[in-house]
Amino acid sequence: MSRVFKFNNDVDTDQIIASQYLLLPTIDEMKSHAFESLDADFASGVKEGDIIVAGDNFGCGSSREQAPSVLKALGIKAVVAKSFARIFYRNSINIGLPVLVCENVHENVNAGDEVEVDLTQGIVSAGGKEFTCTKLPEYMQNILNAGGLIASLNKE
Amino acid sequence: MGMTIAEKIIARAAGVSEVKPGQIHTVELDYLMSNDGTTHLTIDMYNNKLKNPRIADKDKLVFIVDHNVPAENPKTAAVHKKMREFAKANGIKFFEGKGVCHQIMFEEFVEPGQLIFGADSHTCSYGALGAFGTGVGCTDFLYAMVTGKSWVMVPETLRFNLKGKLREGVYPRDLILTIIGDIGANGANYKVMEFAGEGAHNLSVNDRFVLCNLAVEAGAKTGIVEPDEKVEQFIKEHGRNADNMYVSDEDAKFLKVYEYDLSKIEPVVARPDFVDDVISLSEVGDVKIDEAFLGSCNNGRIDDLRVAASILKGKKVHPDVRFIVAPASNNVYLQALDEGLIDIFMEAGAMVMNANCSVCWGSCQGVIGDGEVLISTGTRNFKGRAGHKNSKVYLGSAATVTASAIAGKICGTV
Repeated sequence: MSRVFKFNNDVDTDQIIASQYLLLPTIDEMKSHAFESLDADFASGVKEGDIIVAGDNFGCGSSREQAPSVLKALGIKAVVAKSFARIFYRNSINIGLPVLVCENVHENVNAGDEVEVDLTQGIVSAGGKEFTCTKLPEYMQNILNAGGLIASLNKE
Repeated sequence: MGMTIAEKIIARAAGVSEVKPGQIHTVELDYLMSNDGTTHLTIDMYNNKLKNPRIADKDKLVFIVDHNVPAENPKTAAVHKKMREFAKANGIKFFEGKGVCHQIMFEEFVEPGQLIFGADSHTCSYGALGAFGTGVGCTDFLYAMVTGKSWVMVPETLRFNLKGKLREGVYPRDLILTIIGDIGANGANYKVMEFAGEGAHNLSVNDRFVLCNLAVEAGAKTGIVEPDEKVEQFIKEHGRNADNMYVSDEDAKFLKVYEYDLSKIEPVVARPDFVDDVISLSEVGDVKIDEAFLGSCNNGRIDDLRVAASILKGKKVHPDVRFIVAPASNNVYLQALDEGLIDIFMEAGAMVMNANCSVCWGSCQGVIGDGEVLISTGTRNFKGRAGHKNSKVYLGSAATVTASAIAGKICGTV
């Protein structure tokens, strides 16, 4: 089971990880600052396998790959949103962080809920209901399955 | 079937005669630009994660130190050192403290018809010169650096037909904020914003940069202004190649067509904390400011400095306001010096910084404190973007920022 951290629309990458931490040497040094401005307890409270549920346009703004990277480093299993900003979406796939587009999950879960996420089927089960997420194009699914773009490059 | 500008650029980069929205193509990139916001992570991955580290074509790579420059602490200094040494060891073009990365690309490299990846979201600016620039993360950058290639999904295009001219006192910043306010922060998500029509051709290439630069604030993959003789002239003056000036075919398919009459655009501001929360300047009310910022890749060019200096000449910055000016590049800075603009700023009490991202980046110079208010020509007004999480950022034109710096509150004229 995965615990839900819930956010609304238009969460920008500055909120996920602020500019002032981007030039720290490593993702590990940055990750404790994730979502600092929106939820000061996020980084200390999140556990391996938890998920983020968000509204529309999650990850808008800056192209900083540090945004999906700190979420992955904190153990986030997947981000489930109504829609994603394109650079965040692409970066997430490239680093092997599952991003699921699903219209109805946001309205049907609360922060702290325990839900089931089946990544192979793209199904989120919450409160006795099942929500089917939009399938990735095969090209992108292959990158994700390989463990990200660099893993897939190393196999070429 | 006709193609749009973006489709023609992708077709060229993919080496095919035709592309359609939704298709995924492998493309060859013309340039790859990366700045100090992320390059240290790219270099670490290059050194530690690749089975066979190699660089496909060093001549296509450009590294630019522009975000935290000069370094403000030893960790940043280490990041810059890593970048500098990697660039030197691998023969990569390297700029440090010469200006904001997109302004450098504009002044030195971009050509019409090119497909360019930049590890910075505002890479979408290059459409001012008829190129397709788009922002990527460092993993995409690394893959392209190693292979010379990447993949793109062909985006749909939103067409913006512009007519007429902006009235005096109204600027391209007001136009693009108005458009973003209309279509919303994800109104162009995954799509291209193509600007065309005689209204677009009335704009200078610098003005077009302002439009394309903010396309990403509506979620766009890129913004492109239909290139014309002004682009050709700029490119030739800079000794570059203008052979691939693509325009959309008459039967090209646009997802949606918008019409804007530039003569009807009014001065606007974007309110905290969203770029699409746009209201008329006349409705902003009584908003006292602590700081004003003129600069960034959006509004740090000579045109902006001229507008600001013309308003500031003979006046003083309000005693309760810090007015920070950062030219977008050293070329802009030198020209401003030559024209006496820097004298005007300094005599009025402004702080003139070196050419860099400065306050727009919110991490080194001019950050604002708890509860403070900034009016800025920067690119974004997200929560905490310019400093403390409880600070507020309004966005407006160079004229609005300057008038506000004098008045001590947000206004359009003084």
